[in-house]
Amino acid sequence: MTAALDREQARYIAAQAADARINFEIETEGMTLNMGPQHPATHGTLRIVAKLDAEQVVSAEPIAGYMHRGYEKLSEVRTYPQVTTLINRIDWLGSFANEVPFILAAERLMDIEAPPRAQWIRTALFEMSRIANLVLFAGDTGLQLGGQTAAFYGFRDREHVLNQIEAVTGGRFHPNFDRIGGLKDDLPKGWIAETKTAMAKVRDFCDEIDDLVTGNEIFQARNRGIGVIPADVALSYGLSGANLRGSGVDWDLRRDAPCGLVHPELDWKVYTHPDGDCFSRWWIRIQEIREATRMVDQCLDGLPSGPIMAKVPRIIKVPAGEAYVETENPLGAMGYYVVSKGDLGPFRVKIRSASFNNVSVLSWVLRGVYVPDIVAILSSLYFILGDIDR
Amino acid sequence: MSADTETEAPEAADGEAEEAEPRDEAREELRDRFAAELGDAVVDSHIAVGHTLWVRVTAEAWATAALVARDHLNCRWFDFLSAIDWLPSPYGRYEDDGLTPPEPIDQTIVTGYAGGDTRFQVFGHLVDVVDHHDIVLKADVPDDTLTVPTWTGAFDGANWHEREAREMFGINFEGHPGLRNIYLPTGFEGHPLRKDFPLISRIVKPWPGIVDVEPMPAVEEPEDDGDAGSTEDAS
Repeated sequence: MTAALDREQARYIAAQAADARINFEIETEGMTLNMGPQHPATHGTLRIVAKLDAEQVVSAEPIAGYMHRGYEKLSEVRTYPQVTTLINRIDWLGSFANEVPFILAAERLMDIEAPPRAQWIRTALFEMSRIANLVLFAGDTGLQLGGQTAAFYGFRDREHVLNQIEAVTGGRFHPNFDRIGGLKDDLPKGWIAETKTAMAKVRDFCDEIDDLVTGNEIFQARNRGIGVIPADVALSYGLSGANLRGSGVDWDLRRDAPCGLVHPELDWKVYTHPDGDCFSRWWIRIQEIREATRMVDQCLDGLPSGPIMAKVPRIIKVPAGEAYVETENPLGAMGYYVVSKGDLGPFRVKIRSASFNNVSVLSWVLRGVYVPDIVAILSSLYFILGDIDR
Repeated sequence: MSADTETEAPEAADGEAEEAEPRDEAREELRDRFAAELGDAVVDSHIAVGHTLWVRVTAEAWATAALVARDHLNCRWFDFLSAIDWLPSPYGRYEDDGLTPPEPIDQTIVTGYAGGDTRFQVFGHLVDVVDHHDIVLKADVPDDTLTVPTWTGAFDGANWHEREAREMFGINFEGHPGLRNIYLPTGFEGHPLRKDFPLISRIVKPWPGIVDVEPMPAVEEPEDDGDAGSTEDAS
């Protein structure tokens, strides 16, 4: 090979490369980033397909459905008491709270009311499942953003609450304890004092996590002003729970549309935050854990005596009608639209789960953010896959 | 009201009857405000006293109804949208044990609150987060076209809910930006939440609950009631 030919070739290659570079500058093709379905930030199997321009997200599409179990269809072939077994598994971190709105809907159709003691115990367990759920959120968010310690604290202190739930219901994750007309059993002996100790431990956890994470500069830098959702967008997408209150909307079903639980009789506070960013959602959830421990304490102090089951027939036939009951669950508003035809089982159950709406906002909120912020936003919106797919 | 009942004796009975039937004035007022805005498009309504207001509108006015609820009733929080198939399932409850012949299933359509004339209905729930009132809207889906207007113009959150209703019930939402499946694989045939879509798992393997437990006490219930007194004495 001659030197001249070499030079010729080198020039050709350089021209090609220059062309390519110019083309690259003029129209960037971008790249598609596929997150999941198996990604630790997604609590299950949510897949996110993001089109990137360098580090910035141009458009993102959340893809759910890898865990769809068809509970709405299955409910149609089961009796009312059998349905609670299924719906325990929707939001598996706060299972007891899933049962409550369904049972309340059935009770409304049957026009019966649980006795006061059952209502108070229900509220206590309802708030305890919120604590179990949100304590893990606090730990998990720390983990998503690179702080391992928070996760260990979260898993450690959630045990205190889960142990108490297990002592009453026999199940750590799937209590299946709520019954139409009341509860399966009364509280075991010595449970009240133990639970109060556990609540004190959870309050300590909140202080610890505030020291460890909330005040952390890196954490603040990764969350402040990231993933801002304005109030009108939050309302239009139907966000609920801390995601809605984090956008400054003062709406809590426990206070504003109470049904069957004793929240109006307790002394507690609804927190909102005007910023609408990841940090505000985090902050509200930490305050909610604190409020929930206070509520549990009050429930145990004010616990009335009496029966825990109303008079219900042995075979539960729910009269024909329609009822929609919605409660403020750990992840947000959860409702059951139950249509009955006077049969042993429901004719149709529409499950309105919080995460389905909360995740649908992703394609809006991820537009224009940087890649590392995707994880911060995902963990701050806080969803459980079972709650999206049902 | 009280003056009337004092002056005329026959109407006093009516007054008592009205008192016996509880009324929900806040929800009636809400319904009247909604109906005043929407006019003839409101077909029917139902109030569960102290709980919920249902309003049924025509399919053509389905999208307008959402806008009216949002702008005039201030129901700005989109809760959910879904559909219902009123046809009783031809498969019953899948509890045939194969020994007794299955009972014939009555397939007449009986619709729920606020009535209905078609097999499919769409319904949605909207909430006012300031004054704390809410409304459940319903509309009949025309049997021939199975199409209603989309709510995505009024609420962004309706996008996913309509995609879900489309794949599960086969209802089209006119004007929706992209009715792709959420749960089902692309190309899936059928609409699982329709009542005439069989629950395959129950057909492949019968519900174990029917074979290995004691017979449902429902069968014995009338006998128990008949000689309830004697059994109580015995125990």
